[in-house]
Amino acid sequence: MQTKNSRGRFPKAGQVDIGSYKSSAKDKPYLKDLRRVRPDQKKNMLSAGVDLSNRHRSGTYVQMDHSVVHSQSLYPGVEVMSTTEALKKYDWLEDYFWKIVSNDADEFTRQAEVQPHHGYFLRAQAGVKAVYPLQACLFINEDNIIQNVHNIIIAEEGSDLQVITGCATASDVRRGLHIGISEFYVKKGAKLTFTMIHNWADDISVRPRTATLVEEGGTFLSNYICLEPVKTLQMYPKAELVGRGAMARYSSILFALPGAHMDVGSRVILKAEGSKAEVVSRAVSAGGDVIARGHLRGEAQGIKAHLECRGLMLSEKGLIHAIPELEATIEGVDLSHEAAVGKIARDEIEYLMARGLSEGEAQAAIVRGFLDTSIMGLPRELQKQIDTAISTCEKEAF
Amino acid sequence: MLKIEGLTVSVFGQRVLSDVNLRIRKGGSMALLGPNGSGKTSLLMAIMGLSGYKITKGDIIFKGRRINDLSVDERARLGIGIMFQRPPAIRGVKLRQMVDMTQRGDFNADREAGELNLREFLDRDTNVGFSGGELKRSELLQMLAHSPQLSLFDEPESGVDLENIVLVGKIMSRILNKNKDNAGLLITHTGCIFDYVKPDEGCVLVGGRLHCIGDPMSILKTIAKHGYEGCIACKRKIPEGDSRKPVK
Repeated sequence: MQTKNSRGRFPKAGQVDIGSYKSSAKDKPYLKDLRRVRPDQKKNMLSAGVDLSNRHRSGTYVQMDHSVVHSQSLYPGVEVMSTTEALKKYDWLEDYFWKIVSNDADEFTRQAEVQPHHGYFLRAQAGVKAVYPLQACLFINEDNIIQNVHNIIIAEEGSDLQVITGCATASDVRRGLHIGISEFYVKKGAKLTFTMIHNWADDISVRPRTATLVEEGGTFLSNYICLEPVKTLQMYPKAELVGRGAMARYSSILFALPGAHMDVGSRVILKAEGSKAEVVSRAVSAGGDVIARGHLRGEAQGIKAHLECRGLMLSEKGLIHAIPELEATIEGVDLSHEAAVGKIARDEIEYLMARGLSEGEAQAAIVRGFLDTSIMGLPRELQKQIDTAISTCEKEAF
Repeated sequence: MLKIEGLTVSVFGQRVLSDVNLRIRKGGSMALLGPNGSGKTSLLMAIMGLSGYKITKGDIIFKGRRINDLSVDERARLGIGIMFQRPPAIRGVKLRQMVDMTQRGDFNADREAGELNLREFLDRDTNVGFSGGELKRSELLQMLAHSPQLSLFDEPESGVDLENIVLVGKIMSRILNKNKDNAGLLITHTGCIFDYVKPDEGCVLVGGRLHCIGDPMSILKTIAKHGYEGCIACKRKIPEGDSRKPVK
């Protein structure tokens, strides 16, 4: 389905014209004190999971447009800075750049290489187990700009790191392009829980390009939540399990309001013996388009991986297209998938109605249940906040 | 409390109930008997107003109000509640949320779940992976929360082990006796539940028609002895075409 955008053109769904965005943005001053962030900006950041009060956080990175406005670690052994700064500080970091995401993968990676605008560098030193999550916010404050970030997360051996990344826009921003290159390294026996919440404006195009390398005994848990309208979002993050017993789990929750086009998948390449993976996605279309992909590739003995993809249609309009893929290159792998797309079963709605809930309340309860975030293992406050956001979306949808 | 007059109901154009007349007075209860496929569940569904059960003739009157055109939730809020025979699984909606959302009046989820041996089920998805007996108890917990004035029980004892029948019966009796005016209509095949909930009337549905109304124990005895065929041949039968409303 094609819709006319604010500029009166008819872009093919999913296509982005990089040249149509401004490549420069005004410099924003560095803010030592986060209380100086404008309340309306703060609110939009909070709805993307970034809490500038720093309560229950191990550190914070905030980037507005092309400027780093804040970066601070609040936990010993955890580093927070821009990748620009980190490259100056550590010679060895070069080896982590463009290592698992190819700079030549597509026009977006090429763009991000030619014209980088910082990005965050987060690192937990060996053995450090941060109690609270680190948070990073990539904020678009100026209308019609392009933002190219390159992020690196390193969970060194035996560390445990939680990261919340929130992407949001200022309330008056309509149009923009966000390109995010992210390379994550989960070292031997480390654990990285990465939660990304997108809270973009209606006419923002989003192209994350993310890959994660998980070493022996490492665990990578990735949560992705996109509930707000977005013009076009396309991403297919990949985890490579290269060490024995490595584990990856991707969970995504997508809510597509009318006009949204989301093409989102998760891919795990199981390269090491005994590695495990799980990909779970829940997509709701309230009139928008969702392509829900998943790909598991088993290349080693004794691997086990499962892909689960469920879609719920709430509208006569819109689309959900589930594309699960399983690929094995040797014998002795255990790969499985289940996919189901449908509307809410009438008998389930009436069951709740028979207890006295109105039809709308019954639908909302079932959709909320469908988008169950409890498996994500989020901090309680964040979980509550996301559940509230889901309820708000439903109100818009029904 | 409930008056059903000349009720004819179709499902997918197929007639499942024909000219059914029934009355349940305030504080009264009735057992609904009949062979499989005779329309018992259809009658309950039609009273509850579930989609697919189309009233082609007749009226359902609850507390003096014609409810034919009311939606399921409107009927539920008026005070009609149901214990489903095969409730659907509601993924992602915890049983606790379910009773929190729907409770009317005083209801303590933990205490009641404890009573029904369902405490650890409160934080599980409603009916997902529940056994037959667990489903029945989950239904009863939800009915306790809903606290209806007219309770419809669809085979409350089927699939329940002997030990739990006592519990099911006890809770049903509590729901029915919470208020002296509360009334009930219950489907049973075995009458096991009569030890705990004594309906003051019984009726038999055969082929979508109400066949007889009388003392539930004696009807059950006749069925046990002579089968439904014997029951059909019985002289208590309401003559066909007789529009006389069977009133106690």
